[in-house]
Order: sequence, then structure tokens, then C-alpha cells
Amino acid sequence: MSPAEPFPPDVGTAAEAPRSARRGSGLALLGSEVVVLFRRVRTIALLSALALIPILLAVAVRVTNDDASSQGGGGPAFLGDITQNGLFVSLTALTVAIPLFLPLTVGVVAGDTIAGEASLGTLRYLLVTPVGRVRLLLVKYAGAALFCLVGTLVVVVVGAIAGAALFPVGPVTLLSGQTIGLGDYAGRMLLMALYVTISLLGLSAVGLFASTLTSVPVGAMAATIVLSTVAQIVDALPQLEFLDPWLFTHYWLGFADLLRDPVSWSNFADNAVLQAGYIAVFGALALGRFTTKDILS
Amino acid sequence: MTDLAVRTDGLGKTFGRQRAVADLDLAVPRGSVYGFLGPNGSGKTTTIRMLLGLTSATSGTIEVLGGDMPDRARDVLPRVGALVEGPAFYPFLSGRANLVRLDSGDRRAPGSTRKDRVASALERVGLGHAADKKAHAYSLGMKQRLGIAAALLMPRDLLVLDEPSNGLDPQGTREVRGLIRSLADDGTTVLVSSHLLAEVEQMCTHIGVMSAGRLLTQGTLDDLRALGTHRVRLLTPDTGLARDVLARLGLLPEAGSARVEAELTVQGLAPESIVAALVAAGVRVRGFEVAGASLEDRFVDLTGEGFDVAG
Repeated sequence: MSPAEPFPPDVGTAAEAPRSARRGSGLALLGSEVVVLFRRVRTIALLSALALIPILLAVAVRVTNDDASSQGGGGPAFLGDITQNGLFVSLTALTVAIPLFLPLTVGVVAGDTIAGEASLGTLRYLLVTPVGRVRLLLVKYAGAALFCLVGTLVVVVVGAIAGAALFPVGPVTLLSGQTIGLGDYAGRMLLMALYVTISLLGLSAVGLFASTLTSVPVGAMAATIVLSTVAQIVDALPQLEFLDPWLFTHYWLGFADLLRDPVSWSNFADNAVLQAGYIAVFGALALGRFTTKDILS
Repeated sequence: MTDLAVRTDGLGKTFGRQRAVADLDLAVPRGSVYGFLGPNGSGKTTTIRMLLGLTSATSGTIEVLGGDMPDRARDVLPRVGALVEGPAFYPFLSGRANLVRLDSGDRRAPGSTRKDRVASALERVGLGHAADKKAHAYSLGMKQRLGIAAALLMPRDLLVLDEPSNGLDPQGTREVRGLIRSLADDGTTVLVSSHLLAEVEQMCTHIGVMSAGRLLTQGTLDDLRALGTHRVRLLTPDTGLARDVLARLGLLPEAGSARVEAELTVQGLAPESIVAALVAAGVRVRGFEVAGASLEDRFVDLTGEGFDVAG
């Protein structure tokens, strides 16, 4: 047997067929990951919880109509504007969801990526299938990133529906004073959803790394969520101001800049660069850890 | 070494200061049903994890189906079906969906035939009727079958089955045995680990015995049986005289009070001729027994342990 031909064709039944068959693209696994993730009761519950935020918000403002419009200053940003224009429900809900609820749900999904498979024992079966370890990490991260997008869209879309159902809807006045129509505003909302999704990608990478460290998914989830809270606290402390540009949470609330005309892209760009940095660093850490790990679960 | 489906050379694994596996030279011939036998905790599962590239080896080399592991895992593993340390599934998916999920991870498994292959694997292990039940509703035996079905999704050259009949009732155990035999008849090499000697004895052609991380012996089942020496046990008040007779026959007797024992080490020496010689010499034979060395005795001799001792 020549060294270049380590698998002689006459050794068995399985040798010929798989060798002649071309390898698939590996997209089937991504499809399967998406299906398994989004058909899971837990994921649906998380998305439902996110959908409740704009609904509760809109109902609360509707019920206490007079108070909200007269106070103006209290509560989250844009809260007072809701009674004039229901379209602000999405915006207010995003502002409310970003510090806690979105990171919470993203922490659960990202922390579960590898550790969840390990705790079920399915990780060893995926790896001997064989799913390459790098491919599995990429697919898992793609699934978590898709969840960030879907979670954000749920808040925005449910917010728009709830707002339109309970309040008058009309042209939106931008922060810079101009007024834009509904179509233009819808585009801006999608842009904001994209901004928030990108904001959560760094956290997802942190969660992915945490998930490679343990076979206890709850541990990885908690670590991820705690980190997002710590980052926000550090961001709020004036004494640690020098750290601010490096915190993955620093630009989380910067999406309001997309409501100016012309659009101010500086936050968008800075945020994207920062998140890409986190993806690179924590992605590399996750790869380094996962590709050399002994799978004992 | 194309005649070996699995070959390890000086394989070792150390966890911290604990040596789980040491100096393992495994040789699983192609086409064999190899029983990987040892008490719980003897290093069988750790070895299997290394063979499949789940765990890195601390020392030594591994060759599976002619390819080095874990370097050639991408080429080797699609030809290997495995059941490692119990079946594991997504409890919220049906049995069928679980298999589809695993199969979609295999880049060489054609998506066009996925549905059919999943269905026929389920049929093959007798789970056709329960295919659409959620896996969390499966009994342990059903999960075990589903795990075996997962190993059969594609035609394989090697099956690695770690304790495949765990949790199965006697009927299920028989079915698994039959399944393994039919796969072996198709030319698939099967490496099956077990702590139950009786199980291995009934379906394996080859056997390797592990204890405390070391491979004590390996070979064909007949080889191992032949290794076992029989033992002669004699009850008599005339121990001194009996010793002399046995020694004259070439044996090495050990005398106790009222009994004499000896390993039956002389080839072609029939037990009845021993008795005849004893009686002729005037030894009062009150009891005579040839303790057959069952494989079980060999196993206990080799491992120095019972079956369920962690080593």
C-alpha cells in the first residue's frame, strides 16, 4: 500500500461510497442548528418574554395616559412621546430591553451553545459524526448571532404593532427636528435593530467562550450575564472612565443617533469595530480552548 | 498494517496524577468482533474516547482503519459508527429528529437520502413505532437502541460500541447480540466493550482484557480459553503419599490438611489416569475434582477483581 493511499478500496463496504461522494457544504448542520434552537420551548419562552416588554410598556402608558404625557422627564427615553405617536413604543422598548433583558436572553442562548451540548452528552456524538470542532463553533456562534437579530426584531416589531394598536400613528419628528414619513421611519427602525444586534455580538462571543469552559450550561449563562452587568456598571463609574471605549456595552444605547438627519454614523462605526474586536478576541479564545479540550462529558 | 482495524502503540492517558490508561497495545483485526473486557473503571471508555479523537492521548499512537488519529479524524470518523458511554439525545426532539440532527452533521451523508436512511436505521433497531416520540419519553433500553441506530445511519467499516446492552432487558440484549452478529457478517469490524464476560463470550471472536488501565491479554477467544489451566483437587487423608504420586506424574502438588491440589500442567495427562495411579498406590481417594478454568476464572485471575470493582 502506498503512503498516499491510506485507505485501500478493498477494505470494506463503507470505503467506496463516502470517498467518491463529494463533501457537503456543511450548511445542513447550520439549518439543523437553527431549527433545533428556534423550535425549542426555552427559546420560544425567551422570545415571548422579549415580546412582553413593548406590550407591557404600551399598555401601561395607555392606562396611565395623562401622567406619562405630563411628566415627560421621568422613565426611559421616548416614554413621554408614545402618547403622541405609537411608533415610539419600539424605540422605548429597545431602550428598556438593552441593559438587562436582551443581554439576559443572549446570555442564556450563547452560554448554552457548547456547554448545553456537553451536558446533554450530544457533544461527543456530534464530534464523532464527525463535526469538526471549528465548524461546530462557527455554527453555534451563527445560531447565537441569529438569535440576537430575532430577539431584537421581536421587540421592534411587537412594539410597532402594540403602538399602532393603542396610540395614534403619524409622521415621526427626528431628534434633529425634521419630520419623516412612515416608510422612512420603518427603514430607520430596521437600522436600529441592526445596530442593537451588532451590539450584542460581542456579548455572544463572550458567552461562546464561557460555554467552552464548562459542561454546566447554567454556569456559562450566569457568567455571561454577570459580565454584561459588570461592564455596564464599570461604564457608569466616572473613576473608571478610561476603560469606557473598551467595554462591549459602551455603545449599547447609542442607537438614538440613527434618528438624526443626516444620520450620525460615528457610533454605528465605532460600535461595529468594537464588537468585531470582541468577536476576534473571544472567538480566538473559544477556538483555542475548544479545539484542544478533552471531551469527557 | 492493513489487517488491523484498530491499532494502538504504547497508548497512555494521564489525568493529573492519575494514570487512566498505560502502555496499551491494542490490536483489533479487520472483520473481528472484538470484546473489550474489563471491570468498571479499568480504562475502557477512556481508551474508546482516545480512539475516536474525543480525548487526546498523553503518549503513544493510534491508528484507526489505517489512518492516524486524531490527525485523520475527518477521513476516518465518517467510516466509524460509535456508541460512547451511553446514548445521549436532545430530550425535546423526537427519536427521528435526533437522528436527522446527527446525520446533518456528517458532511459525507447525502441529504437526499437522509429521511430514508434515518427510517431504515430506526427499523433496524426496532424503534419504527416510537420514532416520533420525544426522546425524553424513551426508556433506557429504547435510548440504547436509538444510540445504536445513530451508529448505523451510514454504512460503516468499524463500529465502536461501549457497553451496548446496558439497560436492555434479556430480550433486548439478545437482539443487540443478533444485530452485532449480522453486522459482523456483513464485514463490519465491531469493537464492543463490556464488563460482562458472558456477553462478550457469546458474540466475540477476539477478546482483550483491561484492568487498572492496562491490557492484560488479548487474542482470539479460543486462545484465551486455552491459556486457562485446569486444577486438580483431591480429598484424602493420605496427603503425603498422594503428593508423591502426583509428583511422579510430573505435577507440582500443594498439600493442605486432608487435601492436595495441583495445576494440571502436563499435556495429555488425563484426570482418570491420575485417579488410577493414586488408587494403585493405595491412596484413599475420598474426593476428586478437576476445576475447569472457565473464562470467568481467567478473567478474575487476570484482573484480580470481581466484576463490579472500580480499579
